[in-house]
Amino acid sequence: MALSTAAIEVRELVKRYGAIEAVRGISFEVRAGSTTALLGGNGAGKTTTLSMLLGVLEPTSGEVRVLGIDMRRDRLAALPRMNFTSPYVDLPKRLKVVENLRVFADLYGVVDPAARIAALADEFDLGPLLKRPYGDLSAGQRTRVSLAKALLNGPEVLLLDEPTASLDPDIGDRVRTGLERYRTATGCTMLVASHNMGEVERLCDDVIMLRAGRVVDRGSPAELVARYGRDTMEEVFLDEARAGDVPPMLAALASPQGAATGSERREPESP
Amino acid sequence: MNASGVTLKPQVGVAASARRIGALVRRHAYLLLKSWPRVVSMAYYPTVTMVLWAFLTIYLAPQADFLKDAPGFFIGAVLLWDILFRGQLGVSLSFIEELYSRNLGNLFVAPMSLTDFVGGMLVMSVLRAFIGVGFACLFAWLLFRYSIFTLGFPLIAFAVGLIMFGWAIGLAVSAMILRWGLGAEELAWAAIFLVMPVSGVYYPVSVLPGWLQAISALLPSAHLFEGMRAVLLRGEFRGDLVAIAFALNALYLALGVALFAAAVRRARREGRLLQMGE
Repeated sequence: MALSTAAIEVRELVKRYGAIEAVRGISFEVRAGSTTALLGGNGAGKTTTLSMLLGVLEPTSGEVRVLGIDMRRDRLAALPRMNFTSPYVDLPKRLKVVENLRVFADLYGVVDPAARIAALADEFDLGPLLKRPYGDLSAGQRTRVSLAKALLNGPEVLLLDEPTASLDPDIGDRVRTGLERYRTATGCTMLVASHNMGEVERLCDDVIMLRAGRVVDRGSPAELVARYGRDTMEEVFLDEARAGDVPPMLAALASPQGAATGSERREPESP
Repeated sequence: MNASGVTLKPQVGVAASARRIGALVRRHAYLLLKSWPRVVSMAYYPTVTMVLWAFLTIYLAPQADFLKDAPGFFIGAVLLWDILFRGQLGVSLSFIEELYSRNLGNLFVAPMSLTDFVGGMLVMSVLRAFIGVGFACLFAWLLFRYSIFTLGFPLIAFAVGLIMFGWAIGLAVSAMILRWGLGAEELAWAAIFLVMPVSGVYYPVSVLPGWLQAISALLPSAHLFEGMRAVLLRGEFRGDLVAIAFALNALYLALGVALFAAAVRRARREGRLLQMGE
């Protein structure tokens, strides 16, 4: 049997909340060592998909494998080898940064927690923050701490939900550089849900586009830009986000007369 | 060592589970040890209640023969009650703390089993009960020369039995908070007081109406407080009462764990593990 090169395999994944179908039978693979973006507007199903990949949300049906491990049956075997960060979760605010990182280093079973925390503090410029309570930090500083927490165990698979949200351009750039360095050094597979198209173009070699819980397109940023006949991923994103059932008011705003995009829209080429 | 140069300890087995429970305890210990107001508040209520009952004992002693024979009757009762109460709060508050800090998502994506998570809450419950009741016991000795250890070895059985019942209630309360959100937080403080009147903490269950006595018989706490009175008033250790209490505790603890596990499953199904919080 040939070894799979996919770090993440998703088959016919469905998530229903009552009558609402948040994820509608999506299937995709993420190649080991790649950085893949999950793109889509609000409610497209990105966070729901990431949650199911982590095993914190039970799929209605379908299959999720991370590093070849079935997440519905044996997630505890996969979790030491993966990690994630998301703006939807936080760390205890009254604990110092170093205390938070120490707790999670122990949870993951890092052999030399002090050395690992020191290395990450160096990587993300956290040295001056280590002794400060997490709750006293700015949003940007918290994001860096969360990223350090996500790298504590040296994950082989990293799921990032809006990794640079609320960061100023300078810190955002440093974080992206840190992630690039980590990927280069370790061959880590990253799946990134982001609304920052500059980030996607810089970090990702593959993009999965979601709309209303379905995969509607896929390719490298360059392929998508060419396929949609656009200049940037930002324009591709806008085209895709507005391609569905758009309310008339939004459709009017998106029309050339509405001047919402500031550029003449071109019809996307067939995928 | 993995590709990033990080070496992880083994993830399965008792040692791995103990390490993860230790990490959870460390997380709560950091919080407690840096906040004197928290430690003081943990000791404050048991101590104040103990002082109240001690003065009541002094007032009633000339008129109540049983207090002449067992001056620590009420003080012993209030201290044992606080073991139950602090034991329950220790579980519920540790859980609520994770919701307040929106940390549940981080914990549940860590390689931590539900058993580890529950184990961490139970260890914290013992530590909180030890701190809270320990101070009250110390003040009982300093102010009234009453030692909880006059109960002798049965004290161990009573304390263990009561804290186990506290765990069961604490887990059930945590399950309800996970199900209904922090709006149900008040249950952490109030739920236990439903049990108090039928537990016969300060009086024998024989004073209760028949139908309430039937309910009492189902509570481990009622058997343990009856056992405490047997030791204090008659110098008799009732092993049968302790055995019944432990059998009931095993049942309720299993029920508490099952309820909490069901609440986690439901939260996992409804996608609330990542989003629950203040």
